[in-house]
Amino acid sequence: MYKILRKTSLNPTVTLMEIDAPLVARKAEPGQFIILRVDEDGERIPLTIADFDRNTGKVTIIFQIVGETTYKLNLKNEGDYICDFVGPLGKATETEGLKKVAVVGGGVGCAIAYPVAKKLHDIGAEVHTIAGFRNKDLVILEKEFAAVSDKFCKMSDDGSWGEKGLVTDALKKLIESGENYDEVIAIGPLIMMKFVCLTTKPFGVKTVVSMNPIMIDGTGMCGGCRLTVGGETKFACVDGPDFDGHLVDFDEAMKRGATYKMRERQRHEDVCNLFKEVK
Amino acid sequence: MNPSLIKNPMPSQEPDVRNKNFDEVALGYTEEQAISEAQRCLNCKNMPCRGGCPVKVKIPQFIAKVAAGEFEEAYKIITEDNLLPAVCGRVCPQESQCESKCVRGIKGESVGIGRLERFVADYHRKNAKGEISNVDKNGKKVAVIGSGPSGLACAGYLAKHGYSVTVFEAMHLAGGVLSYGIPEFRLPKEIVKKEIEDLKNLGVEFMTNVVIGKTLTIDELMHEEGFSAVFIGTGAGLPNFMKIPGESANGVYSANEFLTRINLMKAYKEDSPTPIMHAKKTVVFGGGNVAMDAARSAKRLGADVTIVYRRTETELPARKEEVEHAKEEGIKFNFLTAPLEITKDENGWVNGVKCQKMELGEPDQSGRRRPVPIDGSEFSIDADCAIVAIGTSPNPLIKSTTAGLEVNKKGGIVVNGEDGLTSIEGVYAGGDAVTGAATVILAMGAGKNAAIAIDEYLSNK
Repeated sequence: MYKILRKTSLNPTVTLMEIDAPLVARKAEPGQFIILRVDEDGERIPLTIADFDRNTGKVTIIFQIVGETTYKLNLKNEGDYICDFVGPLGKATETEGLKKVAVVGGGVGCAIAYPVAKKLHDIGAEVHTIAGFRNKDLVILEKEFAAVSDKFCKMSDDGSWGEKGLVTDALKKLIESGENYDEVIAIGPLIMMKFVCLTTKPFGVKTVVSMNPIMIDGTGMCGGCRLTVGGETKFACVDGPDFDGHLVDFDEAMKRGATYKMRERQRHEDVCNLFKEVK
Repeated sequence: MNPSLIKNPMPSQEPDVRNKNFDEVALGYTEEQAISEAQRCLNCKNMPCRGGCPVKVKIPQFIAKVAAGEFEEAYKIITEDNLLPAVCGRVCPQESQCESKCVRGIKGESVGIGRLERFVADYHRKNAKGEISNVDKNGKKVAVIGSGPSGLACAGYLAKHGYSVTVFEAMHLAGGVLSYGIPEFRLPKEIVKKEIEDLKNLGVEFMTNVVIGKTLTIDELMHEEGFSAVFIGTGAGLPNFMKIPGESANGVYSANEFLTRINLMKAYKEDSPTPIMHAKKTVVFGGGNVAMDAARSAKRLGADVTIVYRRTETELPARKEEVEHAKEEGIKFNFLTAPLEITKDENGWVNGVKCQKMELGEPDQSGRRRPVPIDGSEFSIDADCAIVAIGTSPNPLIKSTTAGLEVNKKGGIVVNGEDGLTSIEGVYAGGDAVTGAATVILAMGAGKNAAIAIDEYLSNK
């Protein structure tokens, strides 16, 4: 059992939790993920590590309430326990040798982009962060990003936070203005990552994306998380989750990601209604 | 002596009933049936049956106790050599091991050794009280990586000999393939749970949610965590794919994923939060036990199921009993057929499989006749789900994080011989992680042999 040490709501649909998991904290690196089960008989879901503290053994996760499992997780409070928490899984984001990087985060993907930006900042790289949200109510980690970014572009769909527009608009402007990035690291919804890759490709800027497909074990055993990268089948759990975005077949990944969408929606509604009746 | 030339038949659920539920197919002998079957044993002095057993269970001795109605005594004799009799009685290929050597099998059927082993284990489970064993601890710590058959056999032997054993398991539940792979209807999970409880009572500690190679490494186990020896029993968990177009379509599963969702995550239950596709028409590629398990599971979820296999029925690597069970349950077989492509609709969902007929040519390296495509024989099968069950490879996670650990070109860990010693002193390995995918009992045999070698190594150290 793994204790919830802290719980904070970052916005109405995104929650931060600190979990007591010293073995995971000891090894965690930015870009890696964990798999958790909220309770006995629960589903296994992967979540990227948002932060960690090797001294206190804390691992931070940030999740959006999108389905039954994240809904149940969000019902837990400080002092409660979750059943299983395993990691760190996957490969760490490669930061070695990078001197100037654009980190692009979209929505809750910013939770994963932040530790990468922080690590880059810590190793002395110049970090330009481009964060995008639908509107100002959904913004997370603003202060944190500001503290580790040499340049911070805020984008929102409706203009209520920063500039109105897409992250790709800001990225394109920066590249065209002569910013020479060693690498662009994009983390967010598949559609955003796809368009970031389409934006950078003509400029020949290496672009790394963090994939988060359907997964069960996280150790290479089930193959459910397979992606086509450069024409080859790769497992996100062991070969990734980071991949060269210019080689990823995003359209296939989007289709695969929708495999259980209908059922998930149905069950989420059932669960929510169930809890409503109880209350 | 019971002169009957045939085994006492195994009471089973009717095919047309069982193919709609996940309850165990075989129901097990009654006491009377067990005694009657045991009385068929000739109690041969040279014990040919024992020679066919990878863990060398003293078969005639335990059967004699069954014949005398002393079932607990029989249990004690079996567990001197095999700590998982309820599992082995169910999933061992007895027909090619102990029972193939049985003298009664020369004229008529062999003694139902597997059925008797299962009976004894089930009797013990129902009647015995959980005993906490009092083995004197010798103060030496051994780490076992993986809680599948080889790991459990290794841990059990070492715990019985006074070692403090910790088993590390990557998943949330112990048992390895016994938990995630073999379906409930062949091996009820309650039984796996009980066999693991028995090991805990022997003093074995289980640490779930620890991925060796990620959470901890073998170097850390040996140099920081105080383990004097390590056994690697991580199995062959990496699913192979066929590398044909369409394998990433929605509705294509590896057998591992399909079975893990069903067995470990209980996706077949209505209230399970883990989803599984309830297909109308499922095609399974492969002919081994895993393919049979996947096909029979898909059938139980309501699909019309076809197995596609490149060779003929004679070459099917699955146990005969499993093939028979599958046929009885209404699984169709398309022999001498190879898939060329999985076709999909505009939304990326499987809508069929393009196949080609084969004929058998010259024998290949494995001694089986190589399937050769017949030109112009292409045809299509309708399907909305496809399951790839063509085999698995050892997981590279440990190799990639353990300097100096030698593996062969197929990814199997290289060992010294029967004792399982790897290229690193104090590190042993066995089971599918060494051999590639094989059987539960061979893995258990390897785990036990490695345990004996570890005991010798640490006793002389």
